[in-house]
Amino acid sequence: MLTAILAAATEGESPNPLIPEIYDIVWSLVCFAVILFFFWKKFLPALTKTLDARSEAIEGGIKKAEIAQAEAAEALEQYKTQLAEGRAEAAKIREQARLEGTAIVNELKEQATIEAARITVNAQATIEAERQAALVSLRTEVGSMAIDLASGVIGQSLSDDKKSSALVDQFLADLEASEKAKAKK
Amino acid sequence: MVIRFIAVALIVVLFWIGTRRMRMIPGRGQSLLEMAVGFVQSNIADGALGKVDGKRFMPILASMFFMVLAMNLTGIVPGLNLAGTSVIGVPLVLALVAYVAFIYAGIKKQGGNFFKASLFPAGVPWYLYIVVTPIEFLSTFILRPVTLALRLLMNMVAGHMLLVLCFSATHFFLFTAGGFFGLFGIGTLAFGFIFTIFEILVAVLQAYVFTFLTAVYIQLALVEEH
Repeated sequence: MLTAILAAATEGESPNPLIPEIYDIVWSLVCFAVILFFFWKKFLPALTKTLDARSEAIEGGIKKAEIAQAEAAEALEQYKTQLAEGRAEAAKIREQARLEGTAIVNELKEQATIEAARITVNAQATIEAERQAALVSLRTEVGSMAIDLASGVIGQSLSDDKKSSALVDQFLADLEASEKAKAKK
Repeated sequence: MVIRFIAVALIVVLFWIGTRRMRMIPGRGQSLLEMAVGFVQSNIADGALGKVDGKRFMPILASMFFMVLAMNLTGIVPGLNLAGTSVIGVPLVLALVAYVAFIYAGIKKQGGNFFKASLFPAGVPWYLYIVVTPIEFLSTFILRPVTLALRLLMNMVAGHMLLVLCFSATHFFLFTAGGFFGLFGIGTLAFGFIFTIFEILVAVLQAYVFTFLTAVYIQLALVEEH
């Protein structure tokens, strides 16, 4: 019975599925050729191009980022150097200013000392002059007063007497000399 | 035949649209497309052949993969319902393409030495060639294309038969037998549904297997000795 069914099946309509028809082969080939052509000439090159471009873009981006980073680092370094330079400069200026300040103060001090010395000298000179003047005037006064006194005692005028005035001068000179000797001692 | 033309047109149109405006930053469609091609590229071509030879044979492998895939999938598309690969023509043609491809690769690489290396494997005592050579000849030059073609064909035929069985049984139980047998109809419908999903898996798997074996054959032809 089984063989009968099989025989009927093969007899009926279905040919052996393993024996190809000519048209089947031909059209299958055409299909494959079409697909192969498009893949070979169009799709795969397009895909490859895009993928290459993409990986290139990614690599380019990475490189760009690296460059930017390097630039930033360089700028930072530069900035730091400048900062250090600025600090050193400021320190230098401060130091100089301090030195100058000290110099000015010293100069002023010196000037002041000189001025003080000058003033002292002037004052001493003035004092000396005054003392001299006082001495001179005192000498004359004392002389005349002594003569007046002597004339009063003697009872006559000695004012125009040349001798008396010389005597007075002599006395005063002696006095002075003794004073000086005392001072020396 | 119409089914196959539809499948071919589908592939060409899909990839045409996909690759017409390739962008540096891919959209969803482009990503999907790149993923599909990338699968063939990395898993099959580069995986079996290495980078350099993979690139050489990529067009033929990609065409094979997408053609088999598309024609397998027509088996579960309502209205088409017949896999383009379930008639002997397509599997046979593709097997022949694979056959030509690996023989071409072998001759290109090793010249006439290719046949010698294939038929008289090195390191075998001479008297064993009496046995080994016919076996090698049979397995390399006859059985390879036949198994390639038949594996694909039978997988697709069997899937088609299963689906036909399930759905015609469902129809029979629901409308012809009626009554109590309607319950069987539900069962067969469920089986039909499961097998439809299974067929999607088989379609992808067979496309992968077919292409991968082709790549392996090419690789075997490329190495000096095997």
